[in-house]
Amino acid sequence: MKRKVLLFALLALSLMGLGGLVSAQDGPVRVAIVMPSTITDLSWSQAIYSGLVEVQTEMGGESALEIAYTENMFDVTAAAQALRDYAEDGYDIVIAHGTQYGTSLFELAPDYPETSFAWGTATDTGMEAGLTNIFAYEAAAEEGGYINGVMAGLLTESNVIGVVGPVKAGDALLYINGFIQGVAASNPEATVNVTYADSFSDVAKGTEAAQTHIAAGADVLTGSSQMVVGAIELIQTEGGYWFGTQSDQSAQWPTTVVASQVYDWTAVIEDILAQRASGVNGGVAYNLTLENGGLKFAFGDVVISPELLIAAGEAAKGIEAGEIVVQTELPE
Amino acid sequence: MNNDLTLAQILISAFALTLGAATPYLYASIGEIFSQRSGVLNLGVEGTMLMGAFVAIFFASDKGLQIDPAIGFLAAMIVGGLMGLLSAVINVTLKAEQGISGIGMTLFGLGMSSLLFKMLADGVITATVFPKLNIRGLSDLPVVGEIFFQQNALVYVAFALVPISVWILNKTTWGLQIRAVGQNPKAADAMGVNVNRVRYSTVILGGVFAGAAGAALSIGLTGVFQENMTAGRGFIAVALVYFGGWSPWRAMLGALLFSAANNLQIWAQILDVRIGNSPIPSNLLGMIPYILTILALVFARQRHSLEPAALTKPFERGEN
Repeated sequence: MKRKVLLFALLALSLMGLGGLVSAQDGPVRVAIVMPSTITDLSWSQAIYSGLVEVQTEMGGESALEIAYTENMFDVTAAAQALRDYAEDGYDIVIAHGTQYGTSLFELAPDYPETSFAWGTATDTGMEAGLTNIFAYEAAAEEGGYINGVMAGLLTESNVIGVVGPVKAGDALLYINGFIQGVAASNPEATVNVTYADSFSDVAKGTEAAQTHIAAGADVLTGSSQMVVGAIELIQTEGGYWFGTQSDQSAQWPTTVVASQVYDWTAVIEDILAQRASGVNGGVAYNLTLENGGLKFAFGDVVISPELLIAAGEAAKGIEAGEIVVQTELPE
Repeated sequence: MNNDLTLAQILISAFALTLGAATPYLYASIGEIFSQRSGVLNLGVEGTMLMGAFVAIFFASDKGLQIDPAIGFLAAMIVGGLMGLLSAVINVTLKAEQGISGIGMTLFGLGMSSLLFKMLADGVITATVFPKLNIRGLSDLPVVGEIFFQQNALVYVAFALVPISVWILNKTTWGLQIRAVGQNPKAADAMGVNVNRVRYSTVILGGVFAGAAGAALSIGLTGVFQENMTAGRGFIAVALVYFGGWSPWRAMLGALLFSAANNLQIWAQILDVRIGNSPIPSNLLGMIPYILTILALVFARQRHSLEPAALTKPFERGEN
């Protein structure tokens, strides 16, 4: 997979211009986002919404940055309409927060050349198709997946770990592939069982998958997307452990969620704002990594051994230094 | 990948999990059978389930009213009953087109439960699910105990409702009236049965059970609520009524078959079942329960179907 990685220096440089941008404009910068779940889903949508709010706070509140959002756009046709409405309404930046919205976005973007669009997880900015007003963003979820896997491998007592997967694609697949490699690195004896529910939102399917993983002997679970909340609730009842991704899930289950990989989109949002201020409406692809600070870790109240933390820290250092290369694809 | 599980262990836990997973379908299907046997197709099950699911967790959760889950279950049934009453007004008194009005009720339930969730919970809401109820003597039995007697109370109630509802439909005066107004409302009317009153009773009861189905999903199975968490399960429950030829026993078999197929496809993923060298795609495995249901619907076209002749037809005095 080809990846354009965001350069830190460029980012720092452009951030400096951010203050100027706000004062130079008459009204607030208007950002709209269309998302497949809710701003409180403890995963995919919440991660970017918190990022937007953080940037808004830094910039000085609603007078500097206006945020509009539409939730629960699991229907792609409805999402396309919402995106067009926001563009028509004159929003400066319109974010399509889901790979599934890509086709609609590429049809829409040429009609509103003054509007900047952003979508993810994706790498295609439409440059090759002649589009100049699309930003793309993704997360190297395999990196945090690897670290979670290292910890999970050391934590499991039954040597069976269950993965409650949503759809075998995008950042979920990257995360799961990284996780499998992490477990293999820290505990080659452990078995990682993977299931996919083929839904991002069906919590009951997540619960049923988790029940079956536990029946198969799993004492540690992980998973991705908003459908995992039932699975976390179940493993809490069963006294096992959970590793999270996308948002900090330990806030809700502090004694069950050991660690969460958190997507911090603030740098991406800030750079998009800065690019626009300098007259660039699109064409940049971003990737959250451990090295550029886009991937962070949050820990809950689970008492874990120092050995676990050291192993996680070493894995993180290894990935950042390029000594550990986490594969994005695994042989079937 | 190696899992050190024997086939027997896998099958035992698969069947045990199947009973729990089938429970929401069972409540909803039995309720719908009552409604349909009296001649009213209620497609609002999905929306009623969503309302029941939210109300139940709101009563049980720390983030809500923090009352007992049993009260949550009761509240879900009351709200379901009210949704049923509304359906009855629309379908029986106002004689709306039943296929359309049911979709309306579903959309209403989806919107209303989402709104309440936003206003009252805002964010992930969780509650402790009904605990597994071990029955002394029975739960410790090998195999049988593990499959049947380590379930929560909502599961036992759902399966107990099957023979009870069969008995009500076949052996009681009310059951006779239900069947009569479903088969030939004009004749029932001539015999002095108040057709609309009977239909009100069954549609309300259907709502009560759909509310219970929602509660079984939120505080029985998952311990969480999310917007649109039923994800089509209400419609599958309606399909199971047709599948079962309007018999509670056969609807139960359908619910078990569907849930078993679903659980076995999860096991197939865990055990990494392959054809030749390549794994079977999960989306293909995930389709199996639905394909099975459709096949069963086509091939098991019931010789013993109890389809009510007056299904979907509002009753007008003096008309056919």
